[in-house]
Amino acid sequence: MIVNPKKILVLGSGALKIGEAGEFDYSGSQAMKALKEEKIKIILINPNIATIQTSPLLADEIYFLPVTPYFVEKVIARERPDGILLSFGGQTALNCGLALHRKGILKKYRVRVLGTPVEAIVLTEDRQKFADHLTKLGISVPKSKAATTLPAAVNIAKSIGYPVMVRAAYALGGQKSGMARNRPELEALARGALAIAPQILVEKYLHHYKELEYEVVRDAYDNCITVCNMENMDPLGIHTGDSIVVAPSQTLTNDEYHLLREASQKIVRSLGIVGECNVQYAVNPRPTSPRRSSVGQANPRFEFEVIEVNARLSRSSALASKATGYPLAYVAAKLALGKSLLDVQNQVTKVTRSFFEPSLDYVVVKIPRWDLEKFRGAEEKIGSAMKSVGEVMAIGRTFEEAIQKGVRMLGGRVQGVADNRFPDDKKTILRYLSIPTPKRLFALAESMRRGVSIKEIYKLTGIDPWFLHRIKNIVDHEQVLAKIKKKGLSKLFFLKLKQLGFSDRRIARILDIPDEDVTELRRKMKIRPSVFQIDTLAGEIPAKTNYLYLTYNGSHHDVKPLGPRSVIVLGSGPYHIGSSVEFDWSAVATALALPEYGRQSIIINCNPETVSTDYDMSERLYFDELSFETVSEIYDFENPEGLVVSVGGQRPNNLAPRLAAIGAKILGTSAENIDRAEDRNKFSALLDRLSIPQPRWNSFTDMQEAKQFASTVRYPVLVRPSYVLSGSAMSVCYNERELELFIEKATTLNKTHPVTISKFFTGAREIEFDAVAQKGRIQIYAISEHIENAGVHSGDATIVYPTQRVYASTERRIQKIAKDLARELEITGPINIQFLVKDNKVYVIEANLRASRTFPFLSKATRFNFAEVIVASFYGKARRIEIPYPDYAVVKSPQFSFARLAGADPLLHVEMSSTGEVACFGDTAEEALLKSIYASVPLSDKKAVLLSLGGAVNKKKFLEHAQMLYRAGYKIYATDTTCDFLNENNISSRKVYKVQENRKLNVLEFINQKKVAFVVNLTERDPEEQQALSPKITDGQLIRRAAVDNNIPLFTDLQLARSFVKALTTYKLDDLKIKSWNEYQGQNL
Amino acid sequence: MNGRLILKDGTVFEGTGFGKTRPVAGEVVFATGMVGYPESLTDPSYKGQILVMTYPLVGSYGVPDRGSWESRSIKALGLIVSNYIDTPSHHSSKRTLRQWLEAENIPALEVKDTRALTKKLRTEGVSLAKIVFGRDIKFSDPNERNLVADVSTKKVIQEGSGRKTVVLVDCGVKQNIVAELLKRKVRVITVPWNYNIFEKKLCFDGILFSNGPGDPKMATDTIALARTAMEKRIPILGICLGNQILTLAAGGDTYKLRFGHRGQNHGAILVGTKKCYLTTQNHGFSIKRVPKGFRPWFINANDQTNEGIIHEKLPFMSVQFHPESHPGPLDTGWIFDEFLKQIK
Repeated sequence: MIVNPKKILVLGSGALKIGEAGEFDYSGSQAMKALKEEKIKIILINPNIATIQTSPLLADEIYFLPVTPYFVEKVIARERPDGILLSFGGQTALNCGLALHRKGILKKYRVRVLGTPVEAIVLTEDRQKFADHLTKLGISVPKSKAATTLPAAVNIAKSIGYPVMVRAAYALGGQKSGMARNRPELEALARGALAIAPQILVEKYLHHYKELEYEVVRDAYDNCITVCNMENMDPLGIHTGDSIVVAPSQTLTNDEYHLLREASQKIVRSLGIVGECNVQYAVNPRPTSPRRSSVGQANPRFEFEVIEVNARLSRSSALASKATGYPLAYVAAKLALGKSLLDVQNQVTKVTRSFFEPSLDYVVVKIPRWDLEKFRGAEEKIGSAMKSVGEVMAIGRTFEEAIQKGVRMLGGRVQGVADNRFPDDKKTILRYLSIPTPKRLFALAESMRRGVSIKEIYKLTGIDPWFLHRIKNIVDHEQVLAKIKKKGLSKLFFLKLKQLGFSDRRIARILDIPDEDVTELRRKMKIRPSVFQIDTLAGEIPAKTNYLYLTYNGSHHDVKPLGPRSVIVLGSGPYHIGSSVEFDWSAVATALALPEYGRQSIIINCNPETVSTDYDMSERLYFDELSFETVSEIYDFENPEGLVVSVGGQRPNNLAPRLAAIGAKILGTSAENIDRAEDRNKFSALLDRLSIPQPRWNSFTDMQEAKQFASTVRYPVLVRPSYVLSGSAMSVCYNERELELFIEKATTLNKTHPVTISKFFTGAREIEFDAVAQKGRIQIYAISEHIENAGVHSGDATIVYPTQRVYASTERRIQKIAKDLARELEITGPINIQFLVKDNKVYVIEANLRASRTFPFLSKATRFNFAEVIVASFYGKARRIEIPYPDYAVVKSPQFSFARLAGADPLLHVEMSSTGEVACFGDTAEEALLKSIYASVPLSDKKAVLLSLGGAVNKKKFLEHAQMLYRAGYKIYATDTTCDFLNENNISSRKVYKVQENRKLNVLEFINQKKVAFVVNLTERDPEEQQALSPKITDGQLIRRAAVDNNIPLFTDLQLARSFVKALTTYKLDDLKIKSWNEYQGQNL
Repeated sequence: MNGRLILKDGTVFEGTGFGKTRPVAGEVVFATGMVGYPESLTDPSYKGQILVMTYPLVGSYGVPDRGSWESRSIKALGLIVSNYIDTPSHHSSKRTLRQWLEAENIPALEVKDTRALTKKLRTEGVSLAKIVFGRDIKFSDPNERNLVADVSTKKVIQEGSGRKTVVLVDCGVKQNIVAELLKRKVRVITVPWNYNIFEKKLCFDGILFSNGPGDPKMATDTIALARTAMEKRIPILGICLGNQILTLAAGGDTYKLRFGHRGQNHGAILVGTKKCYLTTQNHGFSIKRVPKGFRPWFINANDQTNEGIIHEKLPFMSVQFHPESHPGPLDTGWIFDEFLKQIK
């Protein structure tokens, strides 16, 4: 049974997107660790350059290429691996592997699929066949039938009876799934689902059923264990990725727990899984047919149905790994090599085997993080299609402690489940109860405060009363606290509040006193948290674990402080728009570099999707809050040398001033200097003093002055309100009317809430400068360039390294400014400066004294690990590195998830909306760009395009590129005036009509036919203001949405569209070189 | 009401009472299962013991009717949890855990740091202990008593019908053992621990020695019974205490573990194979020496202690774990089939 492959190909999951995020960096990394121990050569294909798995410490050869059958086959042909792992890279890797299997490519090159057999995967992916399979096993599945056409779906729904659930086959994260109460709802859903999948499933909707999950592991010797079970607080109907999840289950009896466990194992055995598998259940909370029973003659009423099975590592398995300390991906990889669960050591205890089921002596709560407000037009309602972009996991010894921690972990602003800002209107609150949205958790507490009964809340939400009672407990204690005031606060009650997860700040707010007073009182009363280990065995056996959390439900510490040779590294918290895996890379790379300077690393983070929360990445891991209170408690306990706040993104960076104020040592740039860069006023003054140009800006509390300023600097202007009512936090205004409307509609303007207005340059280029300095002197730097013009958020921009269109004189100017800033701010550690270049003049937009989003990209593009230089700089050991000019180029492309956000307009603007990124290497920038676009969108080989070029300027500027397409043999479809313009210019094109024209074929019908490879939709200029202000939906919006809904690549930026078309018409697919990272950088050749 | 858990060495854990406020003294042990508190509390093997649950939230699904119980009443002496849940939610719940404990006269404490207590028991071994509310009482060692006699049935009970008849020697039997036999269409005659089945001329095909509390060496009558049964070559299955009784009857030896195995996540390896089963365990004593003529059947995946013995030729077998589960995983129910196969 033991297989001895020498070379294994691992497929990654590509860019982070909704439904497929950081969890696959974790699972791929763990798998590779397991393989590396066996001295197997590892080939990795993953274009996600910000991940930890794409680091030289794990894989032997890395290909930054799209995970698609075409590219993977090319790599297989070159590398000739003898095995392949498909189950560690999410649905992307699995689908790619299945395609390779179907095409006979794996067989042709004699590549063995390791672990779970392909046949099993195929079976689980076909909903109808799988339902039949389970029925044969005697396991119930919801009454359902598969349909491939709309009329068939309608008929099935009729026979099952409404409400019904619609699911798309072969889709990740429940894309295009939903509940339909009637025929029109069904038709809308089914149409959407059939657009992305060949087959859909219509099934019985199970109202208010509980949802449970089991994570099962099986080895090749038929040993089978269930590592973790989890219960969704939200009832069935809300995607598990969008549900609040607890581990272990709370409302199952012994019989129920074990019957589901037994069923899971039966399924896993029947499939022949070798590795990991996830089974999701729906459980009827009120089964029928009561029976009386006598002692020992248990006749439990129990009705359950299997909802879904994932024969691969999943988001849930990542969560289960972190929740239990059982390294599922690591073990699954070992089992794929033919090892047994008895051969693999328990990585936590180091004394027991991997054949056991973790026993928890704590409770875990996972809460999703949504960023729906970042997407203009996106529906707030959540359901069976996942919308969240990240998650947090909180550990406590009471449910209350865990969930209140979790709520604070999300963003740091909300202090607990009862901390909300609902309007004083019961109707609104009841609506938030009955319609699930990201705010529902808070609506629970608010409605309780208003006296809505648990029974009624259950009726409206379907959330099991068990959870409601726990939340009620929090609300009750808060109300008592509000009554007794500070002088009535006894030690016993204070301790009780802490045991229920109240933060000092929340207590301070309720008592209306400063935070510091509460903390001081708490410490005076000697109420301090305990440091507990996660040891997988509930303390039964001594464990060498370094996996820790804080709790107030304890009276001892499991570990001793590490002391002054240790350094705390703060992680980034949950992934969200603007903060993603790139910060995890920086944090991990920093932690890994510390031992070289004799330091022990202590990571604090709360994101279960990360590699930084793998306990073997640091000397110690605190899976806990990144709040000032928690960090300072850990600091006090560990008594370390200092803290690193500059490698986890903005969140830890924001903690710097408060931590410094209590005497904590911040490694690198001082908190005072961080503040000088962060505070807009101080930074602006600093730039002026150094004679560094910046776009003119000012703050206003008066509309008249604002208008005057805008007309002096000339429109357009970028407007940033300090208080946002709804919609965007910033906007570009092109004239006085827009400025007026935006300020009036989107914000309030008064003394306490000023608006910042700055000059906005059109047609300007944006350049990123990333560096590490030591005592104010730059030691290493790299300059990269946006393909899009300024106006697209740097996180949404396509970035190329090295710069392609920047004059040497401009680069010198940039270097000079950076040098001056580094000296002035006495920087030790990272710095990122964003520059605007307009008419050869260089302006500074902002500077961040922390590792930026581009750090891993540049570290890999240059092969100089910037994080290692950061750590060196802390100890005065950084040496000046001159990066040689490369003979290749690297392009980073954003990944968008608009398809999953119904209603959202996919137009890019000044606020970030991408969820991830990829980057590819090429001999030229064009080649790299083309690869990276292939890696981020599903580009078909259809030789047809749809062009919709708004405005005369766009038409003229794109003409040459339309010609390129035409000459390359593309059939061109165009809207209205674009078509006329192209035909006038001898580019023969076919017209599609506007939606309101009521003529065949209108543009939406056309897009739905999926005839084109991609759509270019250029708007005359950023029209977001009009949109935000008028409810009318434009044709452009409909085109963009239709493209996204039909999974057709969409280009909305002129510069990017031009670069892409040039690359596409210059390079044939065959011309794209299949070269490993090492080859590009001339290593191991 | 505030109470205290006091260990033999004087260590005190403060707690809040939520059951009967009655002082008790016995032995304190911990169990690591995350579900199944009604089953555990009614398991006669916990006789004389104060049970510490390492999973911090207890009471969540209330108390079901007797169908899920392992005997007619709570057998544990007392209960220690970290966070008692007084607002259960389950369709099968008939009352809260607090109400049940009060009705059954059992004291319970909410002690926040059950992990500290568990670690202490793990490193220093199980300890005599008492739960007190105000007035102190003396320590008392339950192992000095014959606990088996306390919990065993006083009368002979006949249940079920079928071609095969099994005598179940009740040393503190869990009702799910009976249920597992009945499920397999077996006639079950449950007899007291010291009932001389051979003198009473009962008609039966096999004997099952059940689980039970305390030191196996106290159950001398049962050991003698097992010896006679072996001489008569009657198929035997021992479970938990029954494993130890068979061992002692066959000339092997037992000893007291430092902190016992009490959980639902212990791997038991089928000796000579790569097969491992997840088992429920609840025992403080273990096999020191496998008797002559027997070979080890199962061993513990973690500490390699014996988990069962089987005779080389004759139909005698026993397991240290609980194939009837309840609480715990349903992986080893096949042990009953294996035993019944020996009855022709």
